Amino acid sequence: MHGLDRGAAKPPPYQYAAIAAVTHLARPNGTRFRMTAHIHGWLLLLPAAVLLVTFTHYPAVATIIDSFFSTPRGQQTAAFVGLDNYQAMLDDPVFWRALGNNIVYTASVVPLTVALALLMAIWINGKISGRPFLRMSFFTPTVLPMIAVANIWLFFYSPGYGLIDQVFGLFGFTTHNWLGNEHTALACLIVVAIWKDAGFFMIFYLAALQQMSPQLAEAAALEGASRWYFFRRVTFPLLAPTTLFVLINAIINSFRLIDHIVVMTRGGPDNTTALLLFYIYEVGFKFWDTAYAATLTVVLLALLAVLAIGQFVFLDRRIHYQ
Amino acid sequence: MRYPKMKWLAPVVGAIFIALMSGATAKDVELSFYYPVAVGGPITKIIDGYAAAFEKDNPGIKIKAIYAGTYQDTLVKALTAFKSGEPPDIAVLLSTDMFTLIDEDAVTPFDALLKTDVDKAWIKSFYPAFMENSRTGGETWGIPFQRSTVIMFWNKDAFKAAGLPDKAPDNWDELVADGSKLTKRDAAGNVSQWAIEIPSTGFPYWLFQGLTTANDVRLMNQAGTQTYFDKPAVIQALQFWVDLSRKYKIQPTGTIEWGTTPKDFFERKTAIMWTSTGNLTNVRKNAPFAFGVAMLPAHHGRGSATGGGNFYLFKKMTDEKRAAALKFVKWMTTPERAADWGIATGYIAVRPDAWETPAMKKYVADFPAAALARDQLKYSVAELSTHDNQRVTKALNDGIQAALTGAKTSEQAMKDAQQEAARILRTYK
Repeated sequence: MHGLDRGAAKPPPYQYAAIAAVTHLARPNGTRFRMTAHIHGWLLLLPAAVLLVTFTHYPAVATIIDSFFSTPRGQQTAAFVGLDNYQAMLDDPVFWRALGNNIVYTASVVPLTVALALLMAIWINGKISGRPFLRMSFFTPTVLPMIAVANIWLFFYSPGYGLIDQVFGLFGFTTHNWLGNEHTALACLIVVAIWKDAGFFMIFYLAALQQMSPQLAEAAALEGASRWYFFRRVTFPLLAPTTLFVLINAIINSFRLIDHIVVMTRGGPDNTTALLLFYIYEVGFKFWDTAYAATLTVVLLALLAVLAIGQFVFLDRRIHYQ
Repeated sequence: MRYPKMKWLAPVVGAIFIALMSGATAKDVELSFYYPVAVGGPITKIIDGYAAAFEKDNPGIKIKAIYAGTYQDTLVKALTAFKSGEPPDIAVLLSTDMFTLIDEDAVTPFDALLKTDVDKAWIKSFYPAFMENSRTGGETWGIPFQRSTVIMFWNKDAFKAAGLPDKAPDNWDELVADGSKLTKRDAAGNVSQWAIEIPSTGFPYWLFQGLTTANDVRLMNQAGTQTYFDKPAVIQALQFWVDLSRKYKIQPTGTIEWGTTPKDFFERKTAIMWTSTGNLTNVRKNAPFAFGVAMLPAHHGRGSATGGGNFYLFKKMTDEKRAAALKFVKWMTTPERAADWGIATGYIAVRPDAWETPAMKKYVADFPAAALARDQLKYSVAELSTHDNQRVTKALNDGIQAALTGAKTSEQAMKDAQQEAARILRTYK
């Protein structure tokens, strides 16, 4: 009966606010409860927030501030120079070279890595003999540190006795100075990056493929769909969330991983393999021009932010989540 | 007591604390010493041994050696530590980083610290070629320790097979003449053995100085404020390097990787290589044929650039610490130690009297090649080093590589490099 009474006594909507205000005043306990809930929440977030602010947000903000100052040297302190560093950057041919290289590098590494990862995942998802061995061999490059990979490939590419030249030699090609030629050096690094990362992204595709219900394939088979049609209309759309994740990571990696450049070419010959982050490292820790390095970093940050936002906003809309 | 079981903790903590305190008594001076090598190698053991021996000879001084990786890593760590207010006391860093360290106001010159005649004689006891990179503006900023230079290694078997006498080419003309006989090319144009490789990645300017010095021209002034990259003799030297590949066809085209050059030599892909004296031990162990070492070939002059690391003293030390640091540097560079260090590592012993010690004499009698680098020293010049050094060096490196890959003519490459260097150095004049 009590419940019914309450139901009957339901106030009209416009009175809610007034009641809320009255109970609020009348029940200081509730306020205290809400306050402690807030404090608890913030306390729980605090460790993560402190880490995030110290190591991510503060450095990013400090970088932007530093880019408007000159580099302090010896007794000279940093002075505010406005947009001077940015002007110098626009006039710096090596910056444009590195940016151009990075665009070529990203535009080749990302699609090829993702396509290869998908291909490998589909292949080893099928029932073929020697599957564990294949999976392991596809994944091995991921386990190796990039420095080790780069040192191995350095000898693969060496003219004459290197693996690449030996294989090409079987088909009667002449020896080629792969890393020492301005036309092939960047392509060589692209191959290494693809070889290194494809196996890693394959794991995500493989996991997604194994989640997929076998009934879909059976239904498609009953309908007489070809394998390509099934892939194009069913598998690939269902993998879209994975593809988005992989794309974002592949793009970030293409700007972030430069270990192989340090080992294999150090940006040479004549800056043909200098990528943006490698150039930032050179300016910051070889030239000790920290202000200019900060300026370049701001550009890299902005570039990555635009790419990430673009992917989340535009691609996300077109993706169907299960 | 709420935690009766914890009662034992206080005395234990106290005891540990006292033990730690008594380990470093208050009057001990502790010196941090940054040294450029990765942890765990054979060189680490040698340095650890020296530090222990020094501590035994000098009670009250402790050496804390910090192994910081490559030269580049060590410089980054030392300067970062300096900027954060905790600089190392002593560091071994590249001799070419002198201007960088001075511009950062990070190091102290040695001269003012030398009070006695013995000290003043000590600083004059090193090879002048090494001091070129250690002095500027009338002050001595670095003390030579692990120094090297570029020399030529040649495969004696390959020379014999090509019908050449048992003698390395002594000048550019002989190099080209011998080179055309040493290069093995099949009918299709495939080369199975090149005559020569001068590596051109990483720091091509250092090897380039072996060509410019032979062409009797310097790349910069002693004050480190001006470069001469566009002098005709420099352009000529670069053109000769390019010609080795493109005109005489006795060297592979494009840039040649520094790291794989010794391997190319062992694999008989090249009959001659130019590389650091630091590779002596490596080649001695791994070359599967009889090899020789020789001075770089001459043209209008002769010689190569020195390289390697110096001792530096950082600022912000107490007088007591600075005196102890100086003591350590002097101890590390006595003739006996310099000889021992040279024998153990392959670096050139940095002072003439080190070569008169019995240990060194015995070593040279066994392995005459070791003395060649020393003999070339009298023709050696300072490694390229200017203010804003790495940036200027990069301008030259880029130019050299552009010429070697054929992207630019030698003349254009050097004019561009000079223009860039002049732009960088304009504020230091």
